[in-house]
Parts: sequence; C-alpha cells; structure tokens
Amino acid sequence: MWIATIFMALRELRRNVMRSALTTLGIVIGVASVIAMVTLGRSATARVTQDIASLGQNMLMVFPGSDRRGPVSVAATPFRMDDVRAIEKEVGDLATVAPTSSKSELIVYGNANHTTAVYGATNTFFVVRSLKIQRGRDFSDAELAGGNPACVLGETVRKELFGMQEALDSSIRVGAVACRVVGILEAKGQNTFGQDQDDFIVMPLTTLQRRLAGNSDIGMMYVSVAEEKAIARTKARIQNLLRDRRRIQPGQTDDFNVQDTKEIAKTVSSVTGVLTALLGAVAAVSLLVGGIGIMNIMLVAVTERTREIGIRLSIGALASEVLMQFLVESIMLCTLGGVIGVSLGLLGSYGATRALSMPFEVDPVIVLVAFFFSAAIGIAFGYLPARKAARLNPIEALRHE
Amino acid sequence: MQSPPSEADSLIELRDVTKIYGHGDAEVRALGGVSLRIARGEFVAIIGASGSGKSTCMNVIGCLDRPTGGSYQFRGVEVAELDLDQLALLRRHYIGFVFQGFNLLARTTALENVELPLVYKRVPAAERRERALEALRAVGLDGREHHAPSELSGGQQQRVAIARAIVSDPSIVLADEPTGNLDTARKAEIMRLLIDLNRSRGITVVMVTHEPDIARWARRIIEFRDGLVLRDETNEATEA
Repeated sequence: MWIATIFMALRELRRNVMRSALTTLGIVIGVASVIAMVTLGRSATARVTQDIASLGQNMLMVFPGSDRRGPVSVAATPFRMDDVRAIEKEVGDLATVAPTSSKSELIVYGNANHTTAVYGATNTFFVVRSLKIQRGRDFSDAELAGGNPACVLGETVRKELFGMQEALDSSIRVGAVACRVVGILEAKGQNTFGQDQDDFIVMPLTTLQRRLAGNSDIGMMYVSVAEEKAIARTKARIQNLLRDRRRIQPGQTDDFNVQDTKEIAKTVSSVTGVLTALLGAVAAVSLLVGGIGIMNIMLVAVTERTREIGIRLSIGALASEVLMQFLVESIMLCTLGGVIGVSLGLLGSYGATRALSMPFEVDPVIVLVAFFFSAAIGIAFGYLPARKAARLNPIEALRHE
Repeated sequence: MQSPPSEADSLIELRDVTKIYGHGDAEVRALGGVSLRIARGEFVAIIGASGSGKSTCMNVIGCLDRPTGGSYQFRGVEVAELDLDQLALLRRHYIGFVFQGFNLLARTTALENVELPLVYKRVPAAERRERALEALRAVGLDGREHHAPSELSGGQQQRVAIARAIVSDPSIVLADEPTGNLDTARKAEIMRLLIDLNRSRGITVVMVTHEPDIARWARRIIEFRDGLVLRDETNEATEA
C-alpha cells in the first residue's frame, strides 16, 4: 500500500505539473538560499583563516597603542630601535624580529604616478610576511645601514608605473626622494575583503625614517617565535619587557598591544561565523515561508479535490489512507523541492566561491539538515490539509460542486 | 412472480430504521421507521419525490451513513454498531457505487479509474490491470481504456463508473440516479447494462430514481414518501 500511495501521489503531482512546480518553488528557494548562505559563509571563513595563516605561522604582532577598541586612543608612543634590540637580546625562543614603519606617499615614474603605502623594513620583513621576490634582490647590508634609496615594488605598483616597460634598475621618485628599483615582488592577488595585497613598496627602514619620515620611529614589530609551544610565554615576556621599558606602573594598562595571528584568525572567523549564522537564519525564514506556501496550496487542493476525496471514501478508502495520501503528496513536494534546492544552492555557491576565488567548503551536515528539514516541513504543513481531507463526510464530499 | 426472500437469502435487512438530522427545532426526520428486506440477486428501484427519504435510505444501505435508530443488517452484520473504518471496509469489499454525476477522477484514464477500488483492496498491479480491463470489456468499453473522462461521452463515462463499481466483485451495486444526466437512448443503454450485470453475474442492484420510466425496468419498486415506505411491490411488466 505504501508503494501504491507513493505512486498515487506522484500521479497526482504529475497531473498538476505547473501547480506542483510553483508550490515547491518556495521550498526550492528556501533550501537553496540556506545552503548557499551557509556554504558561502564557511568558504569565507576558510579563506580568512588561510589569509591570516599566510601572514606567517607562530607570529606575534606588536603595535603601539592600547588594545581598547572604539575611538583610537591618544597618539601612542612609537617604538624605537632600542626596543627591537632589547627584545632580540632579552626574550628567548625568537626566530626573527622585523621592525617596520609605514607612510603613504605619491610615487612618480615618467608621466605615471600612483599613491601607495611605503613600508620601511629590513629583509626579515619579506620572511615574516611571506613575500617572495620574483625578480631582482632584497636589500644589501650597505643599503640597510646607510639608508640608501632602494626599493622593492609590489606588482600593482609596478604595473601602474611601468606597464609593459622594464622596472628593474629604473629610478622612481617616492615623495621627494629619488629611489632605485632593486626588486619586484611576486603577486599575491586580493584577500578575502577584496583588498589588493600587492599595492605597496618596501624600502630600507633607515631610508624611510631618515628621508621620508624624518624621525626614528618604528610603527610595529613582527616577532616570529621559534616554536608554537613558546608563543604564550614569549608574548608575556615581550609584554613585561615593554611595560618595563615604557615605564608603565603596575595597575596601568598597556600603551601597546601584542597580538598573535592565531588570535586574530579566531576573532575574524568568529565574526564570519556570526555572519554566516545570521544569513542562514534569514534564509531559514524563507524556508518557513515556503512551507506555509505548501500548506496554503494543499488546503486549496483539498477544497478543490473534495469530490475526488468523496469518490475515494465511497469506494472504501479509510480516513487514514486519505490522510496518508495527502501527507505523502506534501512530503514528496517538499523533498523534491529539497533535492532541487540543495543542488541549486551548491551550484550557486560553487560559482560564487570560484568568482571570489575562495575555497569551496561544503558542510555535509547542513546539506542533510536542509534536506530533512524540508521533508519535515512537508509533514508539518501537510498535516493540517491532510487531516481536513480525511475528516470529510463522504456524502457531503460527493455532493460538493 | 417472485417468492418472498427467505431469511437466509437476505442481503439487506432494515428494521424500523430512523435517521434524524440536526437537533431541537432544526431536527429533520429523514427516515421515520423504515423496514425492508432485499435478497441477493434482486433488482430494486427506490422511487419517491425529493425529500421523501429515498436518498437517505440509499446512503444508509450503502454504509455511507449510520442509522439513528433501528437495526440495519448488511450480510448479517449490524451496521449501526460499526465505526467509520469498518464502514469503509464494508464499502470496499461488498459495495459498488454508481452516481448520477459519474464521479470519475478527472485527468485519469478509464483504466486507472476502474483500477482504483482494487488499489484500496491491495490487489497486485498486474492482476489489477487484468481485472480492470475485464470490467471495461463487460461494459463494452474495450479500446477506450486510455481515454480520460473528458474524452468520453456521458454514456461512456457512466459505463466506466459501472465498470468501477463491479470490478471488485461486490455483493451489491447501488446506483443513485444512474441515468439522470443522460438522454433517452443512453438511459436505455445503461439500464440494459445494469440488468445484464444483474442477471449474468448475480449482482444485486439497488437503484434510486425519480423517473417512473426508469423505475419500470426494475423487478421490484419501493416508493418512499415522507421518510416512510409507501409502496413495495413486484413489477410484473419489466421492460427488459
């Protein structure tokens, strides 16, 4: 009888292909959007985590300024080269310390000009930021020590200024300083938030300090830790050392901030996680609306098919069999919509992740949940109409026009 | 001349059956104490004006409705004591219906319409098909198995309905104004078919009609008035 009921339901749905399709459309859209939202959210999270991991493993970033969020606190005292040397000398377990400072400058070559970020750094900067030099070289010791005007270009800057021309060994103007191009970086493309990761140039820290900034400030430090286990310990040591050097009294808050990349990854992915949940919830509402659409149509169908129900009852169908028939119809509509919705959702989010160059991360659990949820909607919203059908009085149902 | 049915032969036995709709002032006494007995193999016409109780009586006989009072025994089973599912099972196994409006499933082929009662009887698909084809042959509709009701004439639709009523080998076929929607020539065709089925297969036929011309085809005519049996007589001059 089960098979017969399913066939009966299928035949009924086929008899009204158009109506069945329109009815199930709500479920299709609902399931597809849930799947697409959750999949995109997961993919974005994966991408963010990847991006942050590419900043370097076991890394601490030390910024001047307090950890307090919101309005930026008063101009924080920058670090000095002494601080860098102190960290190198007094904190153990370190691989490298990369002090940097940055400034925004207009860069000119011939008729072309481009405003970009200029990083003053040592060669360790390339290591901790995983930057590869595609052509040319990094800075020589003489350049680093003497504050010579040499620079390494990011791909975007190279393209903006030189286009098809050879950039290596050319002389460009950075702010008011003429500067020789000694290297070109490998392109990294956009990050998750659509930021260009190739739009900057690097020059020796001393050059930036002396010739562009006119001071000896260090804007931030990348501290690479030898092994993962030592991160927490190193972080605490750096904090103590800097508190000491910056004369912060016990009880006062730090006027600097040590972050590790794992923490940042955790924070960012918790944000994207919340976003995913939010989008998923909105999509789930549309699934609910789809379910109500099903109930609506099924209720209309029961009225429209009153006479048919009367015929079935007079022939000897039990009330429970009529109930089952309508319930099965509703469940089939919904699961059909679920299958189509899952396919559409996966297809759509696959396309979107490709377009945004994100990894395609499917959560099999959410696929199963969306599918079974749509079947559950079929039961929940199909039950009322089905019960209405089953409770009809055969005599009155037959008389129904 | 038909001998009065003996106790053993009786398929339907109503004793002082009443049917009351509504309560209090709105109370309608559709049947006011009807007693009658129908034996296996009979061909009975129930006539009467509208509101005479003939349709109510038909619904009670067809186990679509339970009597308010009195006793109704169908095949020796007391129907008043059965629940709705048990009534449905009685209909499924022993009763075939033919209606004035044909009541076929729209957009469903003749064959599928006829197969429907067998679906509920859990008859396997192959056998279902065979029996449905046989029933369609019996009503002279071979070659029309795959036509939908909208592609058939009124007479043909009623034949499909009759095929559906007999496909499950019921003890009784109840026909409610079976010719009501047909022209004179089709009326005669349908009546001949019903009489033929009654004779060749021994199916008991009970037919409700308000047309005296149609009632004359039956061997026995029961006339209702005001919820009571006015007249119950054997018809000597059947047209068949």
